[in-house]
Amino acid sequence: MTAPSTHTTKPATGIAALLKTAVINALIALVLFSLMVGIRTEAGSDGQLTYWTRFGELASLVAAVFGGSIVIELLRQWIGPAGTERLVPPALQKGVSLVGRYLAPALLIFTLLVPVIFYNQRYILDLAILVLTYVMLGWGLNVVVGLAGLLDLGYVAFYAVGAYSYALLATNFGWSFWICLPLAGILAAFWGVLLGFPVLRLRGDYLAIVTLAFGEIIRLVLINWQDLTGGPNGVSGIPRPTLFGIPLDRSDDGLAAKLGIEYSATHRIVFLFYLILALALLTNWATIRLRRLPIGRAWEALREDEVACRALGINTTTTKLTAFATGAMFGGFAGAFFATRQGFISPESFTFQESALVLAIVVLGGMGSQLGVALAALAMIGGFELFRGLETYRMLVFGWAMVLIMIWRPRGLVGHRAPTVYLKKAQAISSDLVKEGHG
Amino acid sequence: MDYFAQQLINGLVLGSIYGLIAIGYTMVYGIVGMINFAHGDVFMIGGFIALITFLILISLGLTAIPLILLVVLLVSMAITALYGWTIERIAYRPLRHSFRLAPMLSAIGMSFVLTNYSQVAQGARVKPIPPFITGGHTLHESPDGFVIQLSNIQIMVVITTIVLLAIFTWLVSSTRLGRDMRACEQDQTMAALLGVNVDRTISMTFVIGAALAAVAGLMYLLYYGLVDFFMGFVAGIKAFTAAVLGGIGSLPGAMLGGLAIGLIETFWSAYFSVEYKDVAAFSILIVVLIFMPTGLLGRPEVEKV
Amino acid sequence: MSGDKILSVDRLTMRFGGIVAVQDLSFAAERKKITALIGPNGAGKTTVFNCITGFYKPTGGAIRLTHDDGKEIALQRLNDFRIAKQAKVARTFQNIRLFPGMTVLENLMVAQHNMLMRASGFTLLGLVGAPAYRDAEKRAIDLASDWLKRVNLLDRADDAAGNLAYGDQRRLEIARAMCTVPALLCLDEPAAGLNARESAALNELLLSIRNDLGTSILLIEHDMSVVMEISDHIVVMDHGVKIAQGTPREVRDDPKVIAAYLGTDEEEAVAVMESGS
Repeated sequence: MTAPSTHTTKPATGIAALLKTAVINALIALVLFSLMVGIRTEAGSDGQLTYWTRFGELASLVAAVFGGSIVIELLRQWIGPAGTERLVPPALQKGVSLVGRYLAPALLIFTLLVPVIFYNQRYILDLAILVLTYVMLGWGLNVVVGLAGLLDLGYVAFYAVGAYSYALLATNFGWSFWICLPLAGILAAFWGVLLGFPVLRLRGDYLAIVTLAFGEIIRLVLINWQDLTGGPNGVSGIPRPTLFGIPLDRSDDGLAAKLGIEYSATHRIVFLFYLILALALLTNWATIRLRRLPIGRAWEALREDEVACRALGINTTTTKLTAFATGAMFGGFAGAFFATRQGFISPESFTFQESALVLAIVVLGGMGSQLGVALAALAMIGGFELFRGLETYRMLVFGWAMVLIMIWRPRGLVGHRAPTVYLKKAQAISSDLVKEGHG
Repeated sequence: MDYFAQQLINGLVLGSIYGLIAIGYTMVYGIVGMINFAHGDVFMIGGFIALITFLILISLGLTAIPLILLVVLLVSMAITALYGWTIERIAYRPLRHSFRLAPMLSAIGMSFVLTNYSQVAQGARVKPIPPFITGGHTLHESPDGFVIQLSNIQIMVVITTIVLLAIFTWLVSSTRLGRDMRACEQDQTMAALLGVNVDRTISMTFVIGAALAAVAGLMYLLYYGLVDFFMGFVAGIKAFTAAVLGGIGSLPGAMLGGLAIGLIETFWSAYFSVEYKDVAAFSILIVVLIFMPTGLLGRPEVEKV
Repeated sequence: MSGDKILSVDRLTMRFGGIVAVQDLSFAAERKKITALIGPNGAGKTTVFNCITGFYKPTGGAIRLTHDDGKEIALQRLNDFRIAKQAKVARTFQNIRLFPGMTVLENLMVAQHNMLMRASGFTLLGLVGAPAYRDAEKRAIDLASDWLKRVNLLDRADDAAGNLAYGDQRRLEIARAMCTVPALLCLDEPAAGLNARESAALNELLLSIRNDLGTSILLIEHDMSVVMEISDHIVVMDHGVKIAQGTPREVRDDPKVIAAYLGTDEEEAVAVMESGS
């Protein structure tokens, strides 16, 4: 980030210059919004297109841009020119990393207690399950993007494979969740290898776009292969998970009846909560463990310099494939969980937006950082929840958030990497040194 | 045979539209080295602006079709170009020297912003317009009654594309701006040292790419008679496929790739299945990247050790 | 030239499109000796290196490696990582290629990847924490520490490789290559950018690698103080062909070599040489 900037525009200093900038920005906004916001079109009942004007909205938007530019310019002058200094001073970063050491255990304990604290708040429990699902997806994708440095824009495909594997095996053959869960992971990993084998020779953006295409192909096949997948209507009536064979329902064989307590629908929610927590922690444990094994070090080395890896006798193809398959497997587990939790799945749940969301979580978390990913998932999904009921604005805000986060902290929340082995003392490595891979 | 000829015409017309979008991808990739993920949505915005301009002009009582078309073309090119400029300024320029993933994610974010901005501003419903340019020519009528049609709109799409390509080729090969663009493509630092205004050149690249996407948007609107807020995503990926197929960074390649994708998609729909036409396009992207990563007209890349 | 050859290059040719980078090049490197490949810029030295280490597939010719046990390997048939893994040829790069975001120690651990992979039962044993793997990892750390001592970087073991000074990075890259326990060590301009003191230390390091460990070395170098002092045998290239070879003494006095370096024709070179001596 110390590269010389070709950006030469000087920050405006005087009031006149400030106003000039704001007026120009407002004029640009006026042109941009003039037709798109100032005029609203709609197809009438007879198929004829009609329109009406919305000059009020247009005026307020332009005014907002005018005011916003002034505020931003003032802030810029107050903070100093962007880019010449770190937004977060090193001392503060050190403090953050110190907090980080205690934050992770504290967060874990709090998470374990969530069902106890919020037992009667179904909404919070549901939200917590959702957050944990994304934490798991984030950790899974982190293996591919954060460690191995392979940019995967089609991660949702493996999530879909896992979900449909469980849904179809359970509804067609009546297999239990606990048999299907590993199968879903294996199938997703298998698809990961199948896709990975031809495409992992590709570099950088090409890999990204191919994985994106793969994700879309899977979704389109799910929509169109109606005999197998039920097409756009999806699969419904997916069995709920059991506690090793004991259903969590009202029946006489149910857990409540066996324990002799009164049945409550919350039991199942709490069970699902701990199930996804366990799956997420399994992902986390495996990742931390793998990082300290030769395979994990090879992943990171691959991200740092692929040519050097080859010169050291590392089979880069199999190394990439294992990363891809491992990430896909965790995605498959998460998919199976998603299917059993929802009881209904359809291709709509596996759009590119999901892939982008998970990728945004990984990048915002600070590539390769487990804690960062968890925090990012919490922030993202929590932030999303604030816009519940405003579905259309939700993605608009999400898009802006992605842009602004990239400008603000392209390296993510946790900006350092922990070494996997040390002689005397483990020292965190600044993320400025860590490469982001080219795949 | 007649059916084949008809599909050939349809495919070439669709391919022209893809080619126009693909040029935007290929130019930006050539100079900045990033996939401008939001470019498909810029195309969508172009279509919407063309639609709205049409509505206004018609309600103003204009009837001269050539005049209307010209005004719509100019307005949508101008406003969409400003969109392209603004996007680069806000979302990409601050990240130009950042690490490689950042502009890509910023572009994905921008794509979401544009898609949903359009949905919020204009609603989610498909927007149809009445057929505007009607009529056509019957090229051939076979004894069993099958007719090969070449509609006026098809002629217009192809002619507009050819004219724009001619202007554009002249721009890149013979003007100062074109020379600056090629210089930045080779080496930005060196170009800057030699007095090329790199910022402005990159801005202009986005402006030109967006203007061409706007033309594609207008053509799409006229050809299919509708626009919707989600059309940019798939069209964008297909146009990107076209750019890669032609050899990313190569302008004639983008057009050639566009035509190829248009033909493949049309023939696939005509002879196999409409449902899987997008699957076919995406599969081609994968196959091309694996077996021909430099595309049809791209320069081979020698690995530097 | 007599003795036991570890590497023989036979009529090696490499073309890029219409450009011939290396033409019919033949030479050999002796076991437990230091062989230098020198020549002006653009002579094709790095291309030869890339052919030997599998980054390029030669257009023609053969490259034969003979291990200590007499096993012969045709390098032109192996590709990519297999040359390092099976043929045990390690290399460094002209523009240092470390893993900058990993620590110095981690860099050396990655070099022992194949050994550790086997020890970790291809990850499965390692994942459950088998003692056999833990022992192997301990031995790997010991080997790494040993090399860090040799290249004088032991107290930097836990620093990021990207934070090392340039000269330290060069030495670390050699240590990393040596951690693969190679039969042949190929060094691409190891002295480039080093100051006189660092250069002298490099000489000592390379001589100790040859004398103490008996590892054969093939190196490309521009720095004549390094080449002349430590090489046992020198091969001179220009414009993709071999123009001379022999001991440092023989090469130094060869008018063709001087002509190639000074860019003059032979007669002038002889004149320059005579006036100088």
